[in-house]
Amino acid sequence: MPHQVPVEVEKEIDQRLTRYPDKRSALLPALHAIQGHFRYVPEDLVQWVAAKLELEPIQVMEVLTFYPGFRQTEPGRFHIRVCRTLSCAMAGSHVLMDKLSETAGIDRSHADHHHPICVSKDGRFSIEFAECLASCGTGPVCMVNDDLHEQVRPEDARKLLDRYS
Amino acid sequence: MSITYKAGKTPHPFEYRMIFRNIDREGYDPGIQTYLSDGGYESLKKAITMAPAEIQAEVKTAGVRGRGGAGFPAGVKWGFIPPGNTKPVYLICNADESEPGTFKDRYIMHQDPHQLIEGMVITAFAIGCHTAYIYIREEFPYAAQILEAAIEEARANRFVGKNILGSSFDLEIHVHRGAGAYICGEETGLIESLEGKRPYPRIKPPYFPAAMGLYLCPTIVNNVETLCHVTHILKMGGTEYAKLGTPNNTGTRILCVSGDVQKPGYFEVQVGKVTMGQLINEMCGGLRNGRTLKAVIPGGSSAKVLRADEKFKLKDREIGIWDIPMDFDSLAACGSMAGSGGVIVIDDSRSIAWVLNNINAFYAHESCGQCTPCREGSLWMKKISDRIVAGQASPDDVDTLESVAYRIDGRTICAFGEAASWPTESFIAKFRDELKAATSEKLKDAIVNPVTALAAASTGH
Repeated sequence: MPHQVPVEVEKEIDQRLTRYPDKRSALLPALHAIQGHFRYVPEDLVQWVAAKLELEPIQVMEVLTFYPGFRQTEPGRFHIRVCRTLSCAMAGSHVLMDKLSETAGIDRSHADHHHPICVSKDGRFSIEFAECLASCGTGPVCMVNDDLHEQVRPEDARKLLDRYS
Repeated sequence: MSITYKAGKTPHPFEYRMIFRNIDREGYDPGIQTYLSDGGYESLKKAITMAPAEIQAEVKTAGVRGRGGAGFPAGVKWGFIPPGNTKPVYLICNADESEPGTFKDRYIMHQDPHQLIEGMVITAFAIGCHTAYIYIREEFPYAAQILEAAIEEARANRFVGKNILGSSFDLEIHVHRGAGAYICGEETGLIESLEGKRPYPRIKPPYFPAAMGLYLCPTIVNNVETLCHVTHILKMGGTEYAKLGTPNNTGTRILCVSGDVQKPGYFEVQVGKVTMGQLINEMCGGLRNGRTLKAVIPGGSSAKVLRADEKFKLKDREIGIWDIPMDFDSLAACGSMAGSGGVIVIDDSRSIAWVLNNINAFYAHESCGQCTPCREGSLWMKKISDRIVAGQASPDDVDTLESVAYRIDGRTICAFGEAASWPTESFIAKFRDELKAATSEKLKDAIVNPVTALAAASTGH
């Protein structure tokens, strides 16, 4: 079923367009506006974004496929990102990843570089590793949607996830 | 207005809180009324009566060096805008904080956004800029909202927008969110990203942003913290500012300590007035129980590692790691760099192979892919260190790993090539024996398929 861009999302994009002398600069903001609503960027909206910004679809795809922050497939309602970079890894973030995945009912056995996001069967949670989230002093850290969680102990995985329903 | 800090967040006596004066402050909020009631925007009021050239001179006198990682003097950078320029001038605040080990700009933006905004308006006025952008990493969504709200508050008070403080100076500041790529912290990668493209950095020369930056117009890119320093430089004057810190390493900076210490955290110190030993053993409460120091990465993961038992030649004396003053010149003289201020402490419980592998996985992931040596080399380095960690490496692999690193270093469009190769170069130079010991003599002549060789060993997925 084709996706429709809600009026308020298009308004946001129109507003963002006024902030740059060149339309292409509004590409990241446009994708953020769409992802903010759908939780990812649906493939059928690539053409819409391209037309809106007077770009070629390939120019939208270049950006969509490069940046880890943009998702091309639907994540869970609550998307978890666990930092795996040095300080958090030293603080046990790999153990935390395993515990969070297990608790959220997510099978990560086919995660790889090109498919880093795994979704729970019930669609409630998804999870992936992220690189340094700039909170190294309070590791291990993870984000759940926009929220940062610091010094997360594996044994607190259940308590953390129960906050999101 | 007296200052108390939240429980457990009182600054250490060795600190000098200027930029971080309001971080964790009891009763402090990011709103403009709080900022104003504490003397906020007085620097801007002073700046707007000065000639832009005067402000540039103050910042030059102050000698503040970039706090994002490169440590280049901000006043000098501003001076690179071509004289007689008629194109629009842009100011970009680099709020992409992503250097592993670094966590300081985050707190400024979340808790004291007006300090940054004031610094940006002063800077924009000094360089003749009327449109500024804050490029903020995607993973700081609340900070982006806080900054946008703060900009509107500033607008309502005539600090941003048209005819600032009744002058003829106009400035718009826009928040622009990134999307999760470390290379957007590289100033030209950032500019490409701001232009709506993949963040493939540009070669310098000729693409020095001050000459040809955003939309090929003169552009100044400064780190969040650096721009905050501008506010204080205007307040106290460049000469007074230069009395803080040490010669050629003036002012204060925020050091971020993480890893194997009792009390990781952030500490604002006068540059060069605190040593590695004071930072780690006194301010951070020392190492974990029963542990000894093995290594320190002193300036973000791109900085060359320092070995605990190394001796360093500093001017005419020989010192150990604990005595290194935490300033740009001293750390450079010790063969590393002050960088972003991200200090990562590694104790004797850690396997160097594991540490290096983690770092290599980071750079392999973050390489933009534009330059062949980095694109291919960073992944080779990761795969070789995967093998070493898994105990499936040939003894020759350490030499191979080293040679790959040196074939990236100096052969790329941007400094990411150095950032990716310096960890491998320095860890091997300083811990060669340990890395060799992690290899397997039995595999000396084995032909290893780098693709299948223990992909399972990689803990990165």
